[in-house]
Amino acid sequence: MHELSIAMSIVDIATEEAARLGGRVSAVHLRLGALVGLVPECLLTSFEMASQDSPIAGSRLVIEEMPVMAFCPQCGGERRIASIQALCCSECGSPTPQVSQGRELELVGLEIES
Amino acid sequence: MTQEPRMVLVRQNILKQNDVTARQLRERFREAGVFVVSLVSSPGAGKTALLERTLTRLGGTHSVAALVGDLATDNDAVRLARSNAPVRQITTGTTCHLEAAMVETALAGWDLGRLDYLFIENVGNLVCPASYDLGENLRLVILSVTEGEDKPLKYPTIFNSADVAVVTKIDLAAAVEFDYHAAERNVHAVRPGMPILSVSSKTDAGMDDYLEFLAARLAEARMAARP
Repeated sequence: MHELSIAMSIVDIATEEAARLGGRVSAVHLRLGALVGLVPECLLTSFEMASQDSPIAGSRLVIEEMPVMAFCPQCGGERRIASIQALCCSECGSPTPQVSQGRELELVGLEIES
Repeated sequence: MTQEPRMVLVRQNILKQNDVTARQLRERFREAGVFVVSLVSSPGAGKTALLERTLTRLGGTHSVAALVGDLATDNDAVRLARSNAPVRQITTGTTCHLEAAMVETALAGWDLGRLDYLFIENVGNLVCPASYDLGENLRLVILSVTEGEDKPLKYPTIFNSADVAVVTKIDLAAAVEFDYHAAERNVHAVRPGMPILSVSSKTDAGMDDYLEFLAARLAEARMAARP
């Protein structure tokens, strides 16, 4: 629901970094955790709108979706969870309150053409 | 000749600005010794009613204050002011959630050191507030019995971001055939081990346990903050 404001922040950060680095941005790489609650399709559309008249206009947003991982006390290691509706180990079914991955909302890098 | 694009690592959190402000707020709250509780729920789940009862009940023995977020109108602030606690409205316009900077602005001029509890009522929304840290000690998610037991499964991200769930309007539970065990199962499916409390802001049922829970958390926070 607030994908547009997030997209505007992405454009701002990418623009700042691009100015620092020099060159034309052709792609923006984003890491998005499944627990962040943003819809990738919405974010792509919002990014197009937000970047339109910016210095990074024409660049692509590449979203790497991060599944939720958590520590499983039963298995004694990192496991994928069954789903965000069921925060339990996908292998043994134990509840997994300690989430280790899935909350990322990070601009990982920029593809730059010089 | 065009060169292949090169990949430059940036690694920057998109919500960094909010997180930085939230961290500063949390530090300020800790220094002041005030325990901060934020309330999130869908519109109409009973945030304001619960807060009104909370401020009134705590007001006799503690120093309390509240910030209330709304898209428009100061109706809730007017309602809460009846409790005699200091209340400030944050009108967000079209923004669907509170951000740390809005909280910071709204606190201007308040002596936090005199407060025991500060409550922050978020905009009624179960989606957007999930991502925004407000510097609170405790995020309380409200589920009213009239909404159905499956709300946690429909909005897992916000339930997962919360520290405690409060089931409200329990005076209506029988009338709407609310299945408490199903609700509990669903809360724990998306947030294993999260404490669940039940209250009626109308009849006061469950309010003692709920206030004791808050008091215990306040005491814990103060113990932890001791140098």
